[in-house]
Amino acid sequence: MTELSQDEKIKIMTYSEVLEVKGFVGNFDVMIRKKPRYIDETKCTGCGECIEKCLTFAPNEWELGLGKRKAVYKPFVQGIPNVPVIDPEVCGYFTTGLCNVCSKICEADAIDYNQKDEYITEKFGIIVVATGFDQLDTSVYGEYGGGRFKDVITGLHFERMLDTSGPTGGHVIRPSNYKEAKRVVFIQCAGSRDEVKGMPYCSRICCMYTAKQAILLKDHVPDSQSYVFYIDIRTAGKNYEEFYKKAQREAGAIYIRGRVSKIYEKGDQLVVRGADTLIGEQIEVEADLVVLAAAAVPRDGAKELAKMLNIPHDTYGFFSEAHPKLQPVESVTRGVYIAGACQFPKDVPDSVATTGAAAVKACSILSQDELTIDPKIAYVDTELCSGCLNCVQVCPFDAIRAEVVDGKDVASIVQSLCHGCGNCASTCRTKAANVRGFSDDQIYAQISAPLFSKRGGER
Amino acid sequence: MKVLSRQEDIHQFKDEILALCDEDASRCVQCGKCTASCPIAPEMDLKPSQVLRHIQINSSKPVLQCSTIWLCASCETCSSRCPEGIEIATLMDTLRKVAIEEGLAMGQKQIVAFDEIFLDSIKRYGRVHELGLVMRYNMASRQPLKDAHLGLLMLGKGKLSLFAHGIRDRATIREIFRKSRRFFGK
Repeated sequence: MTELSQDEKIKIMTYSEVLEVKGFVGNFDVMIRKKPRYIDETKCTGCGECIEKCLTFAPNEWELGLGKRKAVYKPFVQGIPNVPVIDPEVCGYFTTGLCNVCSKICEADAIDYNQKDEYITEKFGIIVVATGFDQLDTSVYGEYGGGRFKDVITGLHFERMLDTSGPTGGHVIRPSNYKEAKRVVFIQCAGSRDEVKGMPYCSRICCMYTAKQAILLKDHVPDSQSYVFYIDIRTAGKNYEEFYKKAQREAGAIYIRGRVSKIYEKGDQLVVRGADTLIGEQIEVEADLVVLAAAAVPRDGAKELAKMLNIPHDTYGFFSEAHPKLQPVESVTRGVYIAGACQFPKDVPDSVATTGAAAVKACSILSQDELTIDPKIAYVDTELCSGCLNCVQVCPFDAIRAEVVDGKDVASIVQSLCHGCGNCASTCRTKAANVRGFSDDQIYAQISAPLFSKRGGER
Repeated sequence: MKVLSRQEDIHQFKDEILALCDEDASRCVQCGKCTASCPIAPEMDLKPSQVLRHIQINSSKPVLQCSTIWLCASCETCSSRCPEGIEIATLMDTLRKVAIEEGLAMGQKQIVAFDEIFLDSIKRYGRVHELGLVMRYNMASRQPLKDAHLGLLMLGKGKLSLFAHGIRDRATIREIFRKSRRFFGK
């Protein structure tokens, strides 16, 4: 990532938000809000002295609340640029006005409490959307504690614990008493494949990351024992089945087929009650730690972003591809591509593959002087157009603009955006809008041919 | 209900069986092909795949007391069909031995009794003495006159003999029994 940030052809805008997108392929005008860091990026050397001396603590979002961070902080170790950010919600200067320790000790004089939002409008040729996914809030599951049990965590929490630079330094602990967890129960489909409380779809990544976590648990805590409750194990991918079997055979994970019905406390340990449907019996497992494989869901704000970019999304909020098989990384709006898990839950290889595909698709357009598109698109006869602009409202691709020709308002088609759906042509009252190859006259001719010609005879 | 407690080593029973016959039940993926191929499965209380599942979760008692291991005819269809290459028939054989050793209540007492009488006859004469086998089995199963009318008929036709005919080299047979005493202490 550091290498990318130093590439002169790549500009990374962190801590920024896209507010508005206008234009079309090759000509997007994007308005971006650059949020205030309260630290001057050009002056800061990234020494970290301010973080060291800061007096205020807040829950660490990156560690999902397992650890704490300062009010001035770097979101995570490898983050770029290597510049901290001040959180005005908790910072002493912004909340009470009494503290300015960081500005006092900063040798580079980089602290600037007066920074404001910066609005930037820039032109772009192509937009690739790769906004990722979120985890389902598992507190909807009262039977799994609904957030009451400290030792019931999600896969992402567990992942942070396994990280040697994470909040526990790579130790797998029970959050309730900080003791090492030796018996860990993994629960699959916590929100996936659940039409009542969760999501109807399979989140696709959980089977494999749970197998990985079971193997890593054995590495970190050799005398541990893991149990995995599952409905089906889905290992469709290169070497995935072998990996899953490795979790069973080498890491000794016990896989139990059945959903968990409840988790309850007994003394200082948890008891997980489920069923082993393979023998048709109830089963209880005493556990130190329970890890829920929470469903992958769309990011907050995904639907708003889709509206801004004029790209469709499914009922959940995942962005829709133009064609599920033949155009998997294109959106229906020309020049906007989708990559990674914002389209649907994807694992790392799939995310890398779709991102690469989107990048190459983008390059294939940007490298040309002219854009080649399907000729069957709409056109407007400006002499016939009355300027009612009804067509603007029915266009699903936002491809029609008002234009002044010879002193009168007329509709004008943005050719690179038009997909030739014909909505404008069927709406137009003066027959000014038509689709090339499908003009009203051509369509009438096609209809009348079979109706009025003699059967089998010449026309 | 099966409770997987803190004190229990979940791999214990699986490892015990593995040490006895070199067949690893933890390899089983529960595809059910053994159950599907077993000609006697409809008569069994636990299906073959369930027996393997019980071994996987260290649930030895149901396995050692089930009828399955005794009803198994060792036809080895399961072994030849298993996609993981587990010799399930061998495993059933081992389970029978362990069940006898542990002295738990047998799933099929009569089958065990039959096996013992049958082997006893072999041990004595080197071959089966049919009449003796049937009569002893009938006594053991407390139905002394079962099939008696057929017995008379067969005696009349010379199909059964009143006295046992031993083979010549009984010493070798006794040697075999002596060597396999680990499982057949009697």
